[in-house]
Amino acid sequence: MLIKTQSSGFDHSVPSEITTQAAYQGRRDIIKLMATGAAGAAMAGWAGREAMAQSVPKPGKLATLAGAKSLVAGAVTMENISSYKDATSYNNYYEFGTDKSDPAQNAHTLVTKPWSVAIEGLVKQPRSYTLEELLKLSPQEERIYRLRCVEGWSMVLPWVGYSLSELIKKVEPLSSAKYVEFVTLADPKTMPFVGSRVLDWPYVEGLRMDEALHPLALLTFGMYGEVLPNQNGAPVRMVLPWKYGFKSGKSIVKIRFTDKQPGTAWNKAAKQEYGFFSNVNPLVDHPRWSQATERRIGEDGLFTKKRKTLMFNGYEAQVGQLYAGMDLKKNF
Amino acid sequence: MLSRHKLLLHGASKPVVFLLCLLPFFWLFFGALTDQLGVNPAETLIRATGDWTLRFICIVLLVTPLRVISKTPTLARFRRMLGLFTYFYVVIHLLSYSWLDRGFDVPEIVKDIIKRPFILVGFLSFLLLTPLALTSFNKAIKTMGAKRWQLLHKLVYVISGLGLLHFFWMRAGKNNFAEVFVYAGIVALLLGWRLWQFVKKKRLSSVSAGAASLI
Repeated sequence: MLIKTQSSGFDHSVPSEITTQAAYQGRRDIIKLMATGAAGAAMAGWAGREAMAQSVPKPGKLATLAGAKSLVAGAVTMENISSYKDATSYNNYYEFGTDKSDPAQNAHTLVTKPWSVAIEGLVKQPRSYTLEELLKLSPQEERIYRLRCVEGWSMVLPWVGYSLSELIKKVEPLSSAKYVEFVTLADPKTMPFVGSRVLDWPYVEGLRMDEALHPLALLTFGMYGEVLPNQNGAPVRMVLPWKYGFKSGKSIVKIRFTDKQPGTAWNKAAKQEYGFFSNVNPLVDHPRWSQATERRIGEDGLFTKKRKTLMFNGYEAQVGQLYAGMDLKKNF
Repeated sequence: MLSRHKLLLHGASKPVVFLLCLLPFFWLFFGALTDQLGVNPAETLIRATGDWTLRFICIVLLVTPLRVISKTPTLARFRRMLGLFTYFYVVIHLLSYSWLDRGFDVPEIVKDIIKRPFILVGFLSFLLLTPLALTSFNKAIKTMGAKRWQLLHKLVYVISGLGLLHFFWMRAGKNNFAEVFVYAGIVALLLGWRLWQFVKKKRLSSVSAGAASLI
């Protein structure tokens, strides 16, 4: 059993635990070389296993979507990457069921081709983008983000996409646009739980314009070097590493620019529990889950003490200034 | 009829029921040992033991209606064991929460109980179940007197309501009530049957009292 103490735990990893970027990249190169080189098919299989062992997962189940290493500050955490299996079998995606194992079972019905995203509202260039157009709009980057769920668990996931700001720059929002609203697919034919009254469908999320323009806000098309699996929000979703997971809408079909704060799905369902901002904040508890600590899925053992949650999920240096002077207890 | 009674009175019947009641525990225990409890084993353990506590409350509440409706008085001899298993699962539920979720950090747990109504209600249910478990031996009935003992054990009606409220509030965070309603429906049915019996008996006794006054 792995027993972690506070000193060896989360806040500051001991240097020996950290895989340096060079070593990490080096391993990837070796693996690539082995998989493609003279070693042949047998070695490729071995390389695949090695890849898993080194937490450089490329599961090979879906179409490849590679991204160059991101240069955005804070975009590549050095922590151990969660297993692909955990990341794709433990999901909250209520359109496919409320149990976390439901999406993996049910999301195969989702039709992701053809797909388009409508850009609407207070914007100079309102239009619809096909997925192919979006994929090519800006170079794909790989970002390794911590993901913190409001339920008190976390993972470390390698996403592929580019900053949402790239798209925003292209469509030129009007100066009156203060917020961005994300509307996700609600298709009762392919999403069995859209008929349920758990939430007010479609699932809507939103950001203030400055949050949306922050380089860490990732318009995401892939993970683990491949396109997104359906249960993780294929074919395009948001990923906002400093906010609780539910802020990152999945399977987006519409992006609207507005002058009013969007009414978001969870805020409408339980106003006192889910605020508009939903920044990860260990000091502001949810009525059901203490937010002071979290369990890292797959890494923290059953009897390991939960690790301390960091302000803004550890991205305070990058996003803190967005909220300077705001009362985060009130604007939770 | 006779064979059913014989079966229920058989020497092996109690050990068999005992083992059946332990099955969920074994399943979870070996699941934990062999890493078969899914992606988040702590969550699975806490939820499963909570589920089983609720299920055992339903099973305990089922004994009397089943006994009366099927005219099988021998069923009553399993009730104490089922009641104690309810307590067994609630203790494991509380232990899993205290250990796996809160790391046995007592001040943290106390803070949690005070701060979160759903934890408070769950903890209250556990506290109320404790005297029932502690007075489950024969001598307790004698010492307390059957009437008082029975009154105390009627607390299970209150506990079932609190247990449901605990579950309801837990699920309220995600607006996910389907399962809560299933349990609430079962408990309502089982308590409703008792209420109906009570009213019927009252009416009967008032009728017979009226008849007596006529004589």
